[in-house]
Amino acid sequence: MNNFIERNIGLMIVLTILAVSFGGFVEIVPLMAQRTVTEPIDGLKPLTALQLEGRDIYIREGCTVCHSQMIRPLRAEVERYGHYSVAGELVYDHPFVFGSKRTGPDLARVGGLYSDDWHRTHLFDPRSVVPGSNMPAYAWLFERPINLEILPKKLAALQTLGVPYTDEDIANATIGLENSTEADAVIAYLQQLGTLITERR
Amino acid sequence: MNNAILSSGWSWFVIIGTFGSLLYFFLLLYLNRNISNPGKTTGHDYDGIEEYDNPLPAWWFWGFLISILFAIGYLIYYPGLGNFAGIGGWSQVGALEESQEAADARYGPLFAQYGAVPIDELVEDVTAMRMGRRLFATNCAVCHGAAGTGSEGFPNLGDALWHWGGSADQIKASIASGRNAMMPAWETPLQEAGVKEVTEYVMQLAGREADPALAAAGQAHYTLYCAACHGADGSGQPMLGAPSLNEEVWLYGNSKLRIEQSIRHGRNGRMPAFTERLGADKVHILSAYVMSLRQDDDEDGDEPEETEQ
Repeated sequence: MNNFIERNIGLMIVLTILAVSFGGFVEIVPLMAQRTVTEPIDGLKPLTALQLEGRDIYIREGCTVCHSQMIRPLRAEVERYGHYSVAGELVYDHPFVFGSKRTGPDLARVGGLYSDDWHRTHLFDPRSVVPGSNMPAYAWLFERPINLEILPKKLAALQTLGVPYTDEDIANATIGLENSTEADAVIAYLQQLGTLITERR
Repeated sequence: MNNAILSSGWSWFVIIGTFGSLLYFFLLLYLNRNISNPGKTTGHDYDGIEEYDNPLPAWWFWGFLISILFAIGYLIYYPGLGNFAGIGGWSQVGALEESQEAADARYGPLFAQYGAVPIDELVEDVTAMRMGRRLFATNCAVCHGAAGTGSEGFPNLGDALWHWGGSADQIKASIASGRNAMMPAWETPLQEAGVKEVTEYVMQLAGREADPALAAAGQAHYTLYCAACHGADGSGQPMLGAPSLNEEVWLYGNSKLRIEQSIRHGRNGRMPAFTERLGADKVHILSAYVMSLRQDDDEDGDEPEETEQ
């Protein structure tokens, strides 16, 4: 049989895929069914339109390349960043922005840690508040208005993925955002990160 | 929330899948143990490269078997089989809490010994102030600067100006519970002309050069809108965090343009609360450290620094 499979490369590909998929089926699929992963924590709300726009700018500008959003349950991380991240906080996140590298600090609980003013100063010129910082300045965010045309469509797309936006949310998405800049959106996004869990442990 | 991690169907799926795999690998190894032709080749020929059909090396064979036994022991002791928590009682969060308790037991007393010392005494304690400097560098320097000198929008802690009061208790309250300053935007009620007039009057209050006619017009607006928080004479109100307007140092810049901006758009300075983050003892030490920053300054007799224009 060994001989037969080795001489039929098509069959070998199929069997290899089957073998690998079986591993995934056993190891990964049950994790998706975990209650902690599928059930939102108390009080979890989907991002507002402005925050969602901020999330997309966060992804566009590559913030995830240097900032993680995942506090692991290790003492050093909990002391520095706050309560470890739980899956129930992230059930409405599509996609996840965990990141995997910390050139800058973890941002999973940066919400409310600094004032809006601080974020504005820091995004405009990081060195003005953190002299040793090697974060790039994001001055253009302050000039660019957010794209109001596609914003409701983004909410609608997330609605199809199961994020509980109401049709009213989508219809009213852009109300009051006419003068918002991309910086406003990013700051609105950052200021809500991880704010549902306030205890440190 | 239900305590079980998985529904029982998925739990059994994991258990059966895990033991099924272990059994499969065991049988694969066991049933093939005698299929070999020592010294002969398998007959495969890859561009002249051939392979012997020798039995598995004994160390490898036994290593594999021992690995399987180890896996079974591991799955009994540690969580791994669906909802079965393992007889060892280990959990990720449990391990975290254990390390936190160990750290509290070890480091807690170091901070607690200062928690009961009055702040004015703590300021003289070199060790406590060294701790304070570390805490300050970690938690405060990002806004107030490494030396506590602040920057535009973030108060200088080394000077004698305190928007929310500079007594030990007031400083401690600022750190412990945070502060939210709320200067509204006056553009709408004052209109364009009003903003200019009030700006001139505020310049006058600060003892700076101002257009007397505009300032006189601004005074009426000031009395109506500004005096409630900043006081009729502009001396400020620490209860509200309303700064004195009679000083040379201005948190948001003392140039005419910056003052006008503050009036037009308002200012919302926000100091986060730290009790939850650090615990009462560390807040106490930090309060003393912040007091010490000012004392140094007083001894040097520094002039108030110029703010950026």
